[in-house]
Amino acid sequence: MKLRDLSYRYKIPISFILVSVLVVLAVSTTLAMQAYQNAHRDLIANAEGLGKSLGRALTPMILRDDVWSAYQTVITPLGASAEELALRDLVVLDTQGRIYVASDPRRFPVARDLATPGGGYNRLLNTVQQNRNDAAQVVENEEYPELFVAVPILNDGDRLGTLILIYSKAVFLSRLYGAIGRVLGITGALLVVLLPLGWYWGRRMAKPLLHLTECVGQVGSVPADAIECNLDMGDDEIGRLGSRFKAMLEQLKEKQALEREMARANRLAAIGRIAAGIAHEVNNPLGGMLNAVSTLKRHGHPDPFTAKTVSLLERGLLQIKDIVGALLVEARLESHPLTPQDVEDMRTLLTADIRGKILHFSWKNRLNEPVPLPSTLVRQILINLLLNATQAVREHGRIECRVWRESGSLWLEVANDGRHIGERQMEHLFEPFAEAHEHGAGLGLWLVHQIVQQLNGNIRVESMPGRTQFSVTLPLGGDHADQLEIATVPH
Amino acid sequence: MTSRFWLIPGFVLLLGFAPGVQAEPPLRIGTTAVFLDDQVDFLSAWQEYLEQRLGRQVIFVRRGNYGEINDLLQRDQLEFAWTCGYPYVHYKSRLRLLAVPVFNGKPLYQSYLIVPQTDTHTRDYSDLKGTVFAYSDPNSNSGWLVPQYELYKRGIVSVAFFRKFFFTWAHRKVVEAVAAGLADAGAVDSYVWETLALQRPELTSKTRVVYKSAWYGFPPFVARRTVSATDFKRVQQVLLNMNQDPQGRALLKRLNLDGFVAGNDDLFASIASNMRQLGAQ
Repeated sequence: MKLRDLSYRYKIPISFILVSVLVVLAVSTTLAMQAYQNAHRDLIANAEGLGKSLGRALTPMILRDDVWSAYQTVITPLGASAEELALRDLVVLDTQGRIYVASDPRRFPVARDLATPGGGYNRLLNTVQQNRNDAAQVVENEEYPELFVAVPILNDGDRLGTLILIYSKAVFLSRLYGAIGRVLGITGALLVVLLPLGWYWGRRMAKPLLHLTECVGQVGSVPADAIECNLDMGDDEIGRLGSRFKAMLEQLKEKQALEREMARANRLAAIGRIAAGIAHEVNNPLGGMLNAVSTLKRHGHPDPFTAKTVSLLERGLLQIKDIVGALLVEARLESHPLTPQDVEDMRTLLTADIRGKILHFSWKNRLNEPVPLPSTLVRQILINLLLNATQAVREHGRIECRVWRESGSLWLEVANDGRHIGERQMEHLFEPFAEAHEHGAGLGLWLVHQIVQQLNGNIRVESMPGRTQFSVTLPLGGDHADQLEIATVPH
Repeated sequence: MTSRFWLIPGFVLLLGFAPGVQAEPPLRIGTTAVFLDDQVDFLSAWQEYLEQRLGRQVIFVRRGNYGEINDLLQRDQLEFAWTCGYPYVHYKSRLRLLAVPVFNGKPLYQSYLIVPQTDTHTRDYSDLKGTVFAYSDPNSNSGWLVPQYELYKRGIVSVAFFRKFFFTWAHRKVVEAVAAGLADAGAVDSYVWETLALQRPELTSKTRVVYKSAWYGFPPFVARRTVSATDFKRVQQVLLNMNQDPQGRALLKRLNLDGFVAGNDDLFASIASNMRQLGAQ
């Protein structure tokens, strides 16, 4: 797995931790380097100071050739603090580079060449002998486990010899490592605090991003309506991404709703065309057959058995005619404009049904003058909606009906508190035979829809538990007056 | 140590004004660091002892080497001195032998040749070619003249016989230099080495005595010839009688000495002979 494929769930906390570790390492290194440089500088400064004062003390002794006093002088600094100072040996060289005296005479015997013992100090001796400078000289070479500070011993500018202070790098380094250890201890403790904190902050910071990613991931696999996301995440970049995504989700939802609506409308239109086509094709022979049956009944003098059969045929054909007529909402009828009384008639028609179920019936007819709409069609709409409502309500249920005229349209509103229309039902609500049940073939709403379409109107259904409402708007002033259509409603 | 050192003049000052002390000038006794631990303590105890016996104020004048004591004697700055047989013989015309300490029953001592304990091969002076040698004092018999004579006896006259030699200005420091390995060998007073062996065995155990010289007269107490016979006699008597009373014996015990004898110049004849042979007269 590549790093770039790693989830931000881990990437951000890991980054936090990496940064913490790097900072701590950098700080530790800097402090350790500082400690080293300080220790080194202090050592050199101490050595030079010590060397100079010892050099001054040694001058008269060397002039007197007093080896014993010189010895007692050079062993003085190797007291109890020598371990701490890492000062291991002091060697006094004469001008020839021979050992004049040393704090450890067994290791550095008097009057021997410095280069002799172990043969290891040849380079040191060369370096010291070549230095004609009066300043102290630090010799630090990887060849030696020691650090040397060479201080010239001067008498009135004449060089009497050289004092070499020999420091153990091991002791010096162990002190340094001690300092580094302490620094690491402190920074380690800091890390123990920083790491969980970094992990927590990182996780917290990644959280909105992960949430958003999860939400976006649902698009396509789940319908837009079903995506449940809390996208109020502040106003930072992720927050803005979230609100933008929220807006896009809304648009997507609208688009999907619109698509569904269009699909339904298209389906209804297609069904309408097929139904009309079939009805039309059936209607012609049906008319002929009814004529033939009528002629036979009137002029044929059939025997009783034939008459009975013909009568059966006629009833069947009439039923076909009814159904076809319902599908074919184009039977044109002369129709007068809608009057308030037409609407009131609907109330009268329903009285029996209302009594049967003991319903609360709220009736608000606000029309007080004729409306220029074909009364037959409007009555058809109204009676179908009201009959559906009475079927939907239970006993002691409630039905409301409002009819009014407003801003150039006629408004019809029928509501009930019965069974509400489920989502799946709603999908096919206006299709013929979709809701066939014991009370009818399911052509009522189809008819209403067809009529509303023909009147260039609009029908809207709102249904929720406890209230289902059909609202119909029919524009006035159209040219419907001479295009009145009617259909029989089979209930 | 410094503060205790200053105690002496302070003490002397108090004594000077103390009632009952005579107005006679104090007796000044020069000494070097021949002896051992607790020098200041010991000297003040000895001083008190002598003052009680003499009824005179006594001052011990300490110096770092025999040379300085000799100078003070020459310049009449001291009445008496505990010095070495070699300077006594050298300046005999101006000095009188006062008393000779008795060490292990004899007023005699030797010069020891010592080497570090780690050195197991050296047996004699002749094995010391190319070594670093520690003498105590150029005015010391056991620490300079005797080793010179021993070398001379062996026909070693070259200055380059030793790789290097130096003076420690005290016998005890010769032992320390050899013990530390600063010197490969050294010549030391047998009295000092033996006494150190009792008091500081951990120091002497780092050295090994490889050669003991002939017997020589023990470093004596001497008097300036100008010192009055009375004073000479009184001081000599006190010293000779030190082992007669418990106080004196206690002091002698601290010095690891048996007592004092008057002695005579025969004790120092061999030193004089060595000096003549070496031409060091």
